[in-house]
Order: sequence, then structure tokens, then C-alpha cells
Amino acid sequence: MEILAKQNAVSAENHDSSEAEINRKLTTADQLELLRKMLQIRRFEQVGLSKYQGGKMSGFIHLYIGQESVAAGVCSLMGEHDHVITAYRCHGHALAVGMTMNECMAELYGKATGCSRGKGGSMHFFAPDKNYWGGHGIVAGQTPLGLGLAYGIKYKGLKGAALCFLGDGAVNQGAFYECLNMASLMDLPVIYIIENNRYSMGTSLERSSVVKNCLAERGEAFGIEWAQAKGEDINEVRAVTQKAIERAHNESRPTILEFDTYRHYGHSVADAKHKGGYRSAEEIEDYKKNHDPIQLYKRHLISKGVLTEEEYTKISDAAKAEADASAKFAEESPLPDPSSIFEDVYFEVDRGTEAGRTGKHFFND
Amino acid sequence: MALIEYRDALNQAFAEEIERDPNVVLIGEEVAQYDGAYKVTRGLWKKYGDKRVVDTPISEAGFIGMGIGASMLGLRPVMELMFWSFATVAYDQIINNAAQIRYMSGGLINCPIVIRGPANGGTSVGATHSHTPENWLANIPGLKVVCAATAYDAKGLMKTAIRDNDPVMFMESTLLYGEKGEVPDEEYLIPLGKADIKREGKHVSIIGHGRAILTALKAAELLEAEHDISCEVIDLRSIRPLDEEAILTSVRKTHRAVLVDENKPFCGVSAQIASMIQEKCFDDLDAPVQRVTSLDAPAFYSPQIEKLQFPEVHRIIAKVLAIS
Ligand SMILES: Cc1ncc(C[n+]2csc(CCOP(=O)(O)OP(=O)(O)O)c2C)c(N)n1
Repeated sequence: MEILAKQNAVSAENHDSSEAEINRKLTTADQLELLRKMLQIRRFEQVGLSKYQGGKMSGFIHLYIGQESVAAGVCSLMGEHDHVITAYRCHGHALAVGMTMNECMAELYGKATGCSRGKGGSMHFFAPDKNYWGGHGIVAGQTPLGLGLAYGIKYKGLKGAALCFLGDGAVNQGAFYECLNMASLMDLPVIYIIENNRYSMGTSLERSSVVKNCLAERGEAFGIEWAQAKGEDINEVRAVTQKAIERAHNESRPTILEFDTYRHYGHSVADAKHKGGYRSAEEIEDYKKNHDPIQLYKRHLISKGVLTEEEYTKISDAAKAEADASAKFAEESPLPDPSSIFEDVYFEVDRGTEAGRTGKHFFND
Repeated sequence: MALIEYRDALNQAFAEEIERDPNVVLIGEEVAQYDGAYKVTRGLWKKYGDKRVVDTPISEAGFIGMGIGASMLGLRPVMELMFWSFATVAYDQIINNAAQIRYMSGGLINCPIVIRGPANGGTSVGATHSHTPENWLANIPGLKVVCAATAYDAKGLMKTAIRDNDPVMFMESTLLYGEKGEVPDEEYLIPLGKADIKREGKHVSIIGHGRAILTALKAAELLEAEHDISCEVIDLRSIRPLDEEAILTSVRKTHRAVLVDENKPFCGVSAQIASMIQEKCFDDLDAPVQRVTSLDAPAFYSPQIEKLQFPEVHRIIAKVLAIS
């Protein structure tokens, strides 16, 4: 099935998103900060992967490497009442909203100092104080929760948006369509951000979707505005997301955004180094060489005279050092006390304990 | 005290909590303009408007999940399932999200939601509409499961459930909605996890929850009148938390226990309680613990046959006589 080129499909246009108003406003420091965020995500995960392979942690790790521009770009636009929720490939979003490497790495290690006290693991990072609601393991299970965040924002009369990330595989779950219908019906300020990395585990988009060249367009059936754009370009991510956030803030209307992107590693550590099989070595090479969001942004900043090679190396090295330090922190952190097995199950049980107090600040009482 | 229907007791609870706390919102299919499939929310939309009483499309996974997300932000949504049977469509949201978000986040996130609606069959609506899912849900740490048997309990337990900071699964019953009971004019709350002695007795403890309590009370009356057997009827009121102390105290007094349960027998609520009794007061028992449950088959459509599937009065009497 062919879809006619839509005016919404930003990527079809040949334009320079760095000239978009939201990006022209960026100071040099802002731009370097965007680069730093992407590098922090990458170095964190590279260190995480090597520690995993060294037997320091268990469970899954779904690496976000290659997609950094999407989380960093979207989250750089978050205002006071904007909230983020995502799936299990959550490290990038967590660091993008400002979670520390220490609490994230310690969570990978299953330590008491982890953001979720060692109870969440790689798929379940949370920081509600930073409007970050995780970290969810059931494919598309977070999409109704994202709708609920939007519902809460609107109910409280706030100017905000719920930014809900999902994968190209998640769009095939039924719950997602229930959400689209309700989001449009109820005028909820939710933004569904499809990170289309072209694969759900080992299944390519070609094998999972009947309409292959645009997933966001499905929103049309629900009267939802959508846009499809190049995810490798952080400027473009920001320009497109900004419009959706404005729509949410000013009209309380939902939007679907689709960013094409690519993960350099496998679906999870199980196939982290996997090259053949469902993707060709050439394809991976091409994406690494020609579509790496960090390299693209680096080149852009150098061409604008904002960045030098030396400065880049400095930022990159600092990110690596921070990641290494977080691994050391995690390694030296204590394991959770076995008595905490029965904490955090029920609020009442935890009353008076530290765990009971933490969740409390979201309530009036 | 006013004599009112069970459905109106719930209705009063909603109205009072809506007025008390601006974060309380009722959400579900037909709860607003249609006044509720069972008229439990009758008049509330007219009184409180679109913001507080909200109709949804038929999208259980979507709207239950939406309520959970909103509760994470501090709202206190009360979600109606037209039948608890339809929760199966929303189980991902209830079990993976509502029950576990607090745990997975190490205590950072709360989920103060109430999910409610009629459980149990008895109105000849067939197997897909007659589930009794309290055991399915009580099996999940993080959920609370409440079953109110009377109008008084329904109101007091519902008000507590709405104020609770954990997800509460509140089981009602289509057959109970029309039952009348005394409800005080002044405000009251009933704590979750406190059983109620619905009838004092000396010889046998009949322990159960929900609509089965009404059946048990009838059986107890007949046993007293016709056999001079004095039965104590313990209404659990909530399955999780479970008032173990009340159960054990009664059994230690009567030395005999008959469990009544509209749940299925296999891995059902009564199986849990029977195991607990034998573990904790085996020496107090003068006879084996007996169970009267729904029969181990899906719900029958034919009303005459369906009736046979529930714990009937004569089945309870037979079990009590067998151990007296
Ligand atoms: C309901 C459900 N089914 C299957 C899985 C196993 N699973 C985890 S991730 C995944 C692939 C999802 O792909 P996509 O949504 O495209 O996200 P991506 O991994 O590309 O970020 C699968 C099948 C799951 N976690 N949940």
C-alpha cells in the first residue's frame, strides 16, 4: 500500500531545522548541553553494556544507542507541567530528563541506591519529581498511562503535555488505538512519540505493518494531527515536537509524532552484538556512519563554529568519566536489605518508613 | 437511620467524597448521562457535571489505564466496570501497572485508584458476565480487594477505599444493588481489613464474604430454629487485607468452621482461608473445615440451573449438620 506524500511529512521537505525559531533561540551553551546529553546517554550505556558483559548485572538491557537525538531533543523542551513516560528502552529518556547516572547505574546493578531501590531494574527507571514516570515493560502498556497523565494535567487546569514514547512495534497493540480514540474524543494533551527504529525485536517494520512508510498517519482515522520527521537530526526533533507541545498547551489536543531512527546494537543484550540475521552488517554500518545523531550534530556545530574537535573530545571524555564513576558508585553501593522485599507493596504498610514518605508528596495530605 | 438500597448507599459515598475532595472523579461506561448501567451513579452527573462524572467509550484497557495514569498524578479516580468480568480486557493495566507501580518505583509512585462494579452471576447472564474474580485479584500483591455484603458496609467501605492510597478492587453484585439496609445519616468510615460479626454464635463459625453472607445468615436462622445450632457468621468484608485474627478468634471459640464462598473452589478464597485455619489453629478444631463454594464450572444460563451453582442455603445447612 502506498501513501501519498503528506504535507505533514516534514522529512520530505528539504529544509534546515536549525533555522526553526525554537532552535535559533539556542545559545552556544544550550547547544553544547544538547550534545552533552546525547553523549552522556551514549557513554552511560556503553559502560553499562561492558559491565553487563562483565557479569555485574542481570536481566535485560535494551540499549538506546543511535536514538539519543529523540530523547534529548524532546526532553529539552519540557516545561514545568510537561510529563514523560516511556517503555523499557528507558535509559535515554531517564538521563534526558535529568536523572543522575549514579541512581541509574545503581539501578542496573540492583543496588539499594538505585532510583527504584533495586526493585525496577533496567526497564523501570522512575523520577516523578522530574515528571518522569518510567520505564514500562509491557509493549504499549504505557500508552494508557500516558493518556492518564494527560488527563490529570487537563483535570488540574495546567498548561502541560504528556509526552509518551513508544516503538514501531507498539503501534500494533490494541490499547494504543483505544488511547487514540479517547485522546481525540476527550481533547487530551497527550503526544505519542513513535520512535521508529524499524525493528521490534527481530521483526522488521516490513513484516509487522501493512502500511510501511508511515505509522503516525494512523492518527488520521482518529482526527489526530501527526507528523513524520527525521529523528537523527536533533534540531528537527525539537522543531516538530515544539509544535505538538504548543498544540497540547494551547488547544489541549493530542498529536502523534513519528521519528525515524535506528538502534546501533541489538534489541537487548541477548543480541547486543548481533549483526546478521534480521539486519545486515551493511545496514548497521550505513546507519552508524551516515546517520549517527551525535556525529551529525557534532558536524553541524563545528560547521557553525560553535564547537571545536578539542571541545568535543572534552565533553565526550567527561561523559565517559561520569559513566565510569557511576559504575564505581554502583559497585560500591550496598545491596537492598532483604527486609525491603515487603516494603513498597502497600502505602499503609510503609507509613512512617522512608518508602512511605517518598510517594506522599504528590498528595494533598 | 434511613433504609436505603445498596446502590444508593454507594451513590451517597460517591457524592460525599466528590464534595470532600476535588481529586475524586467517577469514570466509566455509562456512568454519567445514562446514570449508570445499574443506576449506582444515578443523578451524580446532573449534580456534579462533566468534570467529575465522565462517560468513556467501551475501551476497558484504555480507560482503566488512563485512570491509573491519572492517579499517579494525584487524582483519585473511581472507575466503574460494567461487569467485573470485563476486567479481563484491562488486566494488563490492573496487574502490571496499578498493582506494581509502587513496588517497581521503590515507593516513589502511588496509585490511589478504585476499580469497582458488579461481580458474581445470579442474573442468568451467562458465563462471560458472571465471573467472581476476587481470588484472581487477591493473588496480586499491591492490590486490595473489598467485597461489601450490605448497604451499610458498601457505603463505609467505599468511602475508605476512595481515600486509600493503594489500588482498591471493589466487588459489588447485581443481585445486591436492590437490597435495602440501614445507613446512618451521619458520616462514617469502615476500615479495610476488619471483618464484621454479622451474627454471634457458639457452635459453628460460618465465614464468608459478599452476597454469600446473606445466604449464610438465612442458613444460620434455620439452623437455630430447627436444629438448635448456634452459628456465628463472620463477614470478611475485605479479602486483602484479610482479617486473620477475626477468623481465628471465632474458630477458637466455636471449634468448627464452614466457609461460604461464591468463588470457585479450586484455588479460591475459601481454599486460602481453610489452609490458614489448619495452619494456625489446628488444635482448636473439633472437625475438618468445610467449604461451600460455587460449583467448579462456568456459569449456566438457565436460571433454575444457575441457582444450583451458588452456595445455597440447604448446602450450607448440610455442611454444618455434617460437622455438628
Ligand atoms: C505485551 C508484550 N509482548 C511482547 C513483549 C516482548 N517484547 C519486548 S520489546 C519487544 C519489541 C517491541 O518493539 P518496539 O515497540 O518497536 O520498540 P523497540 O524495542 O524498537 O524500542 C517485544 C516483542 C513485551 N514486553 N510485551
